[in-house]
Amino acid sequence: MATKYVGNRVKRTEDPRLIQGLGHYVDDIKLPDTLHVAFVRSIYGHARITGVDASAAAKAPGVVAVYTGKDIGKIGGVPCASDLPEMKKPEFLVLASNKALFVGHAIAAVVATDRYLAKDAADMIQVDYEELPAVTEEVKAAAGAPYVHEQFGTNIAYKLTAGEGDIAAAFRSSDKVIKQRILNQRLAPIAMEPRGVLARYYPGEQELTLWSSTQIPHLMRTQVALMLGMPENRLRVITPEVGGGFGSKLNVYAEEALLGWISMQLGQPVKWIESRRENFQSTIHGRAQLGDLEIGIRKDGTVTGLRYNVFADMGAYYQLLTPAIPTLTGLMLSGSYKIPAIQINVTAVFTNKMSTDAYRGAGRPEATYVVERAMDLVAAELGMDPVEVRRKNFPAPNEFPFKTATGLFYDSGDYVLALEKALKNADYKKLGEEQKKARAAGRLVGIGVSTYVEICALGPSAALPAGGWESATVRIEPTGTVTVLTGASPHGQGQETSFAQIAGDELGVSIEAVTVIHGDTSIVQYGIGTFGSRATAVGGTAVFVALQRLKEKASKLAAHLMGVDPATVKFADGRFTSGAKSMAIQEVALHAHLAKSLPEGMEPGLSATYFFEPKNFTFPFGTHICIAEVDKDTGEITLQRYIAVDDCGRVINPLLVDGQVQGGIVQALGQAFYEHVVYDENGQLLTGTLMDYALPRATNCPWMELDRTETPSPVNPLGVKGVGEAGTIGATPCLVNAVIDALAPLGVRHLDMPLKPETLWRIISGNSARSA
Amino acid sequence: MKVPIQVTVNGKTHAHEVEPRVLLVHYLRDVLNLTGTHIGCETSLCGACTVMLDGQAVKSCTVLAAQANGAHITTIEGFAVNGRLHPVQEGFWERHGLQCGYCTPGMIVASAQLLERNPDPTEAEIRMAIEGNLCRCTGYQHIVEAVQYAARRMKGAAAAD
Repeated sequence: MATKYVGNRVKRTEDPRLIQGLGHYVDDIKLPDTLHVAFVRSIYGHARITGVDASAAAKAPGVVAVYTGKDIGKIGGVPCASDLPEMKKPEFLVLASNKALFVGHAIAAVVATDRYLAKDAADMIQVDYEELPAVTEEVKAAAGAPYVHEQFGTNIAYKLTAGEGDIAAAFRSSDKVIKQRILNQRLAPIAMEPRGVLARYYPGEQELTLWSSTQIPHLMRTQVALMLGMPENRLRVITPEVGGGFGSKLNVYAEEALLGWISMQLGQPVKWIESRRENFQSTIHGRAQLGDLEIGIRKDGTVTGLRYNVFADMGAYYQLLTPAIPTLTGLMLSGSYKIPAIQINVTAVFTNKMSTDAYRGAGRPEATYVVERAMDLVAAELGMDPVEVRRKNFPAPNEFPFKTATGLFYDSGDYVLALEKALKNADYKKLGEEQKKARAAGRLVGIGVSTYVEICALGPSAALPAGGWESATVRIEPTGTVTVLTGASPHGQGQETSFAQIAGDELGVSIEAVTVIHGDTSIVQYGIGTFGSRATAVGGTAVFVALQRLKEKASKLAAHLMGVDPATVKFADGRFTSGAKSMAIQEVALHAHLAKSLPEGMEPGLSATYFFEPKNFTFPFGTHICIAEVDKDTGEITLQRYIAVDDCGRVINPLLVDGQVQGGIVQALGQAFYEHVVYDENGQLLTGTLMDYALPRATNCPWMELDRTETPSPVNPLGVKGVGEAGTIGATPCLVNAVIDALAPLGVRHLDMPLKPETLWRIISGNSARSA
Repeated sequence: MKVPIQVTVNGKTHAHEVEPRVLLVHYLRDVLNLTGTHIGCETSLCGACTVMLDGQAVKSCTVLAAQANGAHITTIEGFAVNGRLHPVQEGFWERHGLQCGYCTPGMIVASAQLLERNPDPTEAEIRMAIEGNLCRCTGYQHIVEAVQYAARRMKGAAAAD
C-alpha cells in the first residue's frame, strides 16, 4: 500500500501548542487550594541524624504541616525492580530518619500555602547531624570500611560474572593482551524540566490522582499503589507534557509516593516542583563505571577475547533499575564484532552518592565506549588503520541472526554497508592525507571512528523486570475520527505524530483526523512506557497490529453492509470496495456504533486493542566519523566535521529520526568533553548547579552530517529498530577516539573523559603524568 | 510589605501588589497564569524563562516582579498575532526545532531578539545568540535551521512590504 505519511518528513502535530507556550507540564496545572511542598535535604554525604527540630517551622506563616521520617512509617520503600543473586537490598525510605546517606537525601517535608513560604519554613528546620566518614571511591568502597550500610558489613552490593567462551584460553592463544583502565564518569541526565508532582485526593471517591513528570505512568501507578498500600485502581497517574527524561524519569521516586500520601493526610492538593539543585542531588545519575579492559589479539588484528572487570557505582540506594544497568553493559561488550570469548566481572558498590540508573543508553554507551576504545587501542598497538581493525572483526551480513558471546542474537545488520557509506561521506582517504599535512605542520588533528551496534526495542518480557511488551487501542469514533491510545507515553520523542502517521496510512485517513492519547492511566490501557528506544518498535507495532485487527472487523462489516462476499472486499485509501460497491471506513464506523445491521455474532463498536510482545530485541548500528583539532596553546578542542551513518531499520519519520540522532550525539559530546558529576572525599556534591556542571551549549556543537542505511528488523512487522539512544551510544567513543588520535604523536593512547582543555593542555605542554 | 506594580504583558495591562522578593517568572506564571514561560534552573543559566522586557530578551527568573514595574513584556503567549505564528515559531515547527518543548519558549524569544538585531545571521551568530539557552533534546542543529528559516521568511516578508 502506498504510504502517504510513513517514511516522510511529517511536521509534528504536538508542536503548535508547544511553540505557543500552550502545553501543560506538571507545574502548569493549577488546582484550587493547592498547597506547596518543600524538602529539607541532607547537606552531608554521610551523617547520623541526631535530631530534627521542626517547632519553629511548624509555627511559620502559611505552614500547614511538617513531616519527618518518624511520621511516614507506613509508606513503603522506594522500589527496585531488578533482583540479582545474593544482592544486598537496602531499604530506601521516603524520608530519612536515622542516617542521611547522600547529599540531597530527603529528611523532612514542609507543606505551606505558597511555594515561597514552604521554602522559608524548610530553612527554619534544625537538623542535628553527626558527620560520618563518607564512601566515595569505588575501589576503596569495595575494599572495606567505612560502610554505607553498616548492617551489610560490606559496600559490595553484588558481584556478577557473565559471558561465554573460554576467556583464559582465548588470551593464551592470542599474540598480545592489551590492558587499559577505562572510566565512564558519573553524569547527570538534566532534563530541562525538573521532576514535579501534583497530588489530589478525593476522600469521598477514595481516589488519588498524581500528575507526575514520568516516563512510565502505569509502572509508577503500580509501584506507588504498593508503596501507599492502596488499591491500584483507586490511583490515577497522569503524565501531562514531560519536558525531557533521558532515563531520569524512568523511575519511581520517594516524592511521588510522599506527595500522594500528604494529599491523603490533608485532603487538599499538594504540589512539589523540583529545583535544579534538587535535581542534581536527588534525581538519578548515570554511568559511573570504572573498569579494567583486557583484549586479546592476533598480529593481524583479529580479536580473540575480551574481559572487562568493572566497578559499578550504585550510589547509596537502588532506584528502579540501578542494579540492572551493568548487566546491559555486559550484554553489549561484543560491540559489532565477532569476539569468541567475552567475560564481564561486575563488582557493584554502594557509595555515599545519589543512585545511578538508566541514563540515555543505560549501560550500552558504557560498553560501546569500552569496545570502541579497545578497537583503537588494537589499531595503535599494531599500527593498523582503525577502520581496518573494525572491518576485520565484523560479522558478515549472511551471518545474521548473529550470536554473540554475551548471549544475544543480533537480528539483522550490514555493518560494512554503513561503514562504507560513512567513509565515502567523510572522504576518509582524503582526511588521512589532510591529517598527515596538518601533522607535518605541527597541528594536532585527529580522526575518530566508531562502528557501534546497540540494543533497542526493550524488549522481550523475559529480559525485563516488569514486562517488555507494549499496548495500543485504536478506535474509530461514530463521527469518523480516529483515536489511538498508546501505553508508550512520550516525553519529546513525537509519538503523537509518528503513531498518527501509522494510523493515517493504515486507515487511509488524514493525520489531522487522528488523536494519539497517552499518559493517563484511567484512560489508557496498561502500558510499559517510553525508554530503551522501544516506543516505535514495540509501541508502534502494537498500534500497527491493532489497526490490522480493526480493519479486519471493519472489512467484514463493510461486506455485510454492502451485501457482498467478504472475500471480495478490498481496502485502499480509506474505502472498502467490492466490484462497483464502495464504502468509506468512517461510514462503516458509524454503522458499527449504530449497530442496527451487524453480521451475526459481531460486537458493536469499532475498536481493537493489542498487546505486542516482541520476540527479540532489535540491534541498530552505524558508523560515526569525526575530525577534531586540539589547540596546542589552550588544549581546546574544535570539531571540524561530524559524519554519522545510522541504521535504525525502517524509518517512520526521517525528520524525527534526525532529531533523535542529533540530540543523542550532543549528549555524547557532553560526556566526552564536558560533563562530570563530582563528589569530594566527604561526599559533598561539587557540581550541583548548571554553572559547575557543563552541558553542551549551541556554540560547542558541530554541524552534524547525517545519513542512513535502512536494514529492516525482522523482529516486528514495521521493520523498525529504534533510534532514541543511537547517537549517544555511537558518538561518545568517536569523539574521544578523534581527540586521542590528535594527541597520538605525543604518545597518547588513552585518556579518561571528560576531555577538558586543562587535561589536554597539560599533556601537550609536558606538564602532566598522563595515563598511557 | 507588598509593593504595587503595573506591567503590560502581551498588550494587556495588569496591576497587582506583590511581595518584593517575587520573581518575575513566578508573577507571570502564578499570578497572570501565563505558564508558557518555563523555569529550568532559577539561576539564569538555562534560559527557559526568557521573555522580552522592554524590547530586551531577559531571563525572568532573575528579574524581580517589582523591577518590572512599568515595563512592557512579551511572553511566548504573545508571539502569535491573531492566530498567525511568528516566523520564528513557524521555523521551529517546520524544522523540528523542538522535542520536549520545555526550552522552546525561551529559545524562540532569544532567537526573535537575534533576528530583530541581525536579520541575516550566520550559523555562528545564531549559535552565539542562543548560547544562554540550554536544550537537552535537539543538539541545537534543528534550532539553527529553524532560525535560518525564520530569517528567510522575515526577509521575504520585508521584501513583500
